[in-house]
Amino acid sequence: MSENPTLPASNPAQSTDFFRPYDPGKFFDEMFLPDGSVRPHYRRLHQRLSTMTAAEYEERHRAVDLSFLRQGITFNVYGDTKGAERIFPFDMVPRIIPAKEWDHLEAGLIQRITALNLFLHDIYHDQNILKDGTIPAHYVLSAKNFRREFVNFEVPRDIYIHICGIDLIRDDQGRYLVLEDNARCPSGVSYLLENRRALKRTFPRSFESIGVRPVEHYPDELMRVLNHIAPTNVSDPTVVLLTPGAYNSAYFEHTYLARQMGIEIVEGRDLQVRDQHVFMRTTKGLQPVHVIYRRIDDDFIDPTVFRRDSMLGVPGLISAYRAGNVSLANSIGTGVADDKVMYYFVPRMIKYYLDQDPILPNVDTYLGSEKEDLAYILENIEQLVIKAANESGGYGMLIGPQSTAKECDEFRQRVKADPRNYIAQPTISLSRHPTYVGNEFAGRHIDLRPFVLYGENTTVIPGGLTRVALRKDSLVVNSSQGGGSKDTWVLYGED
Amino acid sequence: MLSRVANGLYWMSRYIERAENTARLVDVNLQLLLNFRNLNDSTLAGHWMPIVQSTGDESLFTQLYTKASGENVAEFFVFNDANPNSIVSCIYHARENARTVRDQITVEFWGELNRIYLFLRSPAARELWQQSPSDFFVEVRNSSLLLQGLADATIMRNEGWHFMRAGRYIERADKTSRMLDVRHETVTEPGTQVLTHQADALGWSAMLRSCSAWDAYKALHGAEVQPALVTEFLLLSEDFPRSVRFCVEHLNRALRAISGVGEGRFCNDAEKHTGRLLAELQFCSPDDIFKVGLHEYIDQLQFKLDAISDALFQAYIFQPFQAETDNALQQQEEQQQQIR
Repeated sequence: MSENPTLPASNPAQSTDFFRPYDPGKFFDEMFLPDGSVRPHYRRLHQRLSTMTAAEYEERHRAVDLSFLRQGITFNVYGDTKGAERIFPFDMVPRIIPAKEWDHLEAGLIQRITALNLFLHDIYHDQNILKDGTIPAHYVLSAKNFRREFVNFEVPRDIYIHICGIDLIRDDQGRYLVLEDNARCPSGVSYLLENRRALKRTFPRSFESIGVRPVEHYPDELMRVLNHIAPTNVSDPTVVLLTPGAYNSAYFEHTYLARQMGIEIVEGRDLQVRDQHVFMRTTKGLQPVHVIYRRIDDDFIDPTVFRRDSMLGVPGLISAYRAGNVSLANSIGTGVADDKVMYYFVPRMIKYYLDQDPILPNVDTYLGSEKEDLAYILENIEQLVIKAANESGGYGMLIGPQSTAKECDEFRQRVKADPRNYIAQPTISLSRHPTYVGNEFAGRHIDLRPFVLYGENTTVIPGGLTRVALRKDSLVVNSSQGGGSKDTWVLYGED
Repeated sequence: MLSRVANGLYWMSRYIERAENTARLVDVNLQLLLNFRNLNDSTLAGHWMPIVQSTGDESLFTQLYTKASGENVAEFFVFNDANPNSIVSCIYHARENARTVRDQITVEFWGELNRIYLFLRSPAARELWQQSPSDFFVEVRNSSLLLQGLADATIMRNEGWHFMRAGRYIERADKTSRMLDVRHETVTEPGTQVLTHQADALGWSAMLRSCSAWDAYKALHGAEVQPALVTEFLLLSEDFPRSVRFCVEHLNRALRAISGVGEGRFCNDAEKHTGRLLAELQFCSPDDIFKVGLHEYIDQLQFKLDAISDALFQAYIFQPFQAETDNALQQQEEQQQQIR
């Protein structure tokens, strides 16, 4: 792309001022090369930022924060009894991905979700991958979220994972690696969409001149997927979004998506099952429901089948699902793919089902229940990241290099006591991105959660949610652990 | 429309209206006190207790405070979380209901409701309150009016809209009648035309101001405050938008818009009770009211409004959805899917 002459000319003296204290350090920096020069795809943005003063920047930032707060774009912190809401901290400097790099990511993500769907279909049917020993059967059968009740059950259109959030990181060489798969009910897409809206208001002209791919079609694409899986005998299906309720941390996102798709947002108590058909209670009586985009975990979705104490679920929903009268997205039983032990085997799945090499590699992973791996883990725990196989949100993990000897010992005991449920990975030095903290730009570690939709076609929304660890040196980007987010710009071109 | 959503819109609207009316009530009565000298505890209590009684929160008030001073009463009505009808609580409940129906209200509407909620929780609210209670009440009242305007200008005229209207008018009818009830004791004899004490006259005109009715009343009847005329104006006026009759008429229209049943018929008890009450207000004179006794009449009126609200609930909502304080449910909702 050629240089756009309408960009305001930057004053070099000023430009160095705004970024002067910035030190890329020994990390892979998204914006700067080790010699301090700006990477080509960031040049225009850098130029734009350089025309601003710190005061101007902060002024705009305050405006964005205030508008998030007023619109209630907040999340509830679990366990905070006052019900305090916080805005998901937002950093205005976008992360930029050039076209070729994105093509590579997109291909890798599509490959991965395809393999995961084939894997789920296999383990819930013939179990070939287990029978021939490619994956040891006991790992799958012992997985916490493996739903044996659904073996040989036909899910609509053979799709298990309709919506997947696959977390990517970059190491110190800038290589993209897959950190984890979220195949149950990944959240965060509303922040992606709202971040984009905020930045469009903040840097309206940059979008045009830099050439950023849009993300706003996500709700339409999602709606297409949901319509695609409707029971085949229904010509005009009613789709609803099932939320746990207003106290859920992602409630804002649920209402946001329902509104964007023009569908009802329902709670369990709004639904009723009669004669294996699902209905919602309305002021005009009961109305049939055909597709449920559920944001409730399997365990809670039907108290007559799973957890009896669930008050969020719908009694009888599973029987209607089994009868084929209602479709669910995602399907029941996808949680097994979120098991971090299963993650270890995804490259094998790709090879097994697609006969391809993985485009996006995993992070090296050690399994607690493999004898040699276990010995390695216990020996080197101070250098490793230890994760519980079925925890998420930055809970249940240990970052060896940043922990005390006592904490490491505690995790050694935990791993020894329950090796099946722990994995270990080397501590990856995540890439960093200039982020405005305090009153200057500093490098902060980031990751990327792209959202993949799997329906008639497989689509990946350009970019994803870039999460940033706002605390200095922190490697944990989760919002529950002090993380924030950035808009992610995928370019039409290379710069 | 989902029953739960209809319920949420109805209560959101009621709580906003309630906050506004409470602001009106306390504001005017605080100002009224500025006209008096040598106030001792018992005259203060004589002034404030009827106001506390009028909202039906007397026992809670006496539990929380020992003295009915202006300061205590205002604190009770404005900031006290323990009072479910305080302004802060009302706005909190309105917003909680709005959260559950976010997809039904516009961004602008939500933005304003969220703004007033955040304001009331911020130190700025206390500051404004210390500096000028009157400005504080104007802020609350204007926010409610802005919300009504935003609803008028931005929300689709669908079923949800009619539930919002039903909530607003039933609440307003109730509150106007309660404000009038504050003054019933000064009407010593049925049909009293003139108030003997100046203090009473001031009280009646303050009450008119609480309802934004002072100018309209003066234009119609002149500056002399006569209980019978005020009663007629606030209960029976066809044209004044805060009179009980006006509110019941609009409630009636909202209910008929929801069901689609025409005038002169009904398809549920809410419509039946509302139609009866409306007819009664249409064919009623102040004499009829004073024959029953102002307080007794208002008591019956409130009873009927409650019956309408209950019937509305039975007809459209089926089962109680207000389990806001159900801790176990809330805990499960929170536990689901943290942002991973």
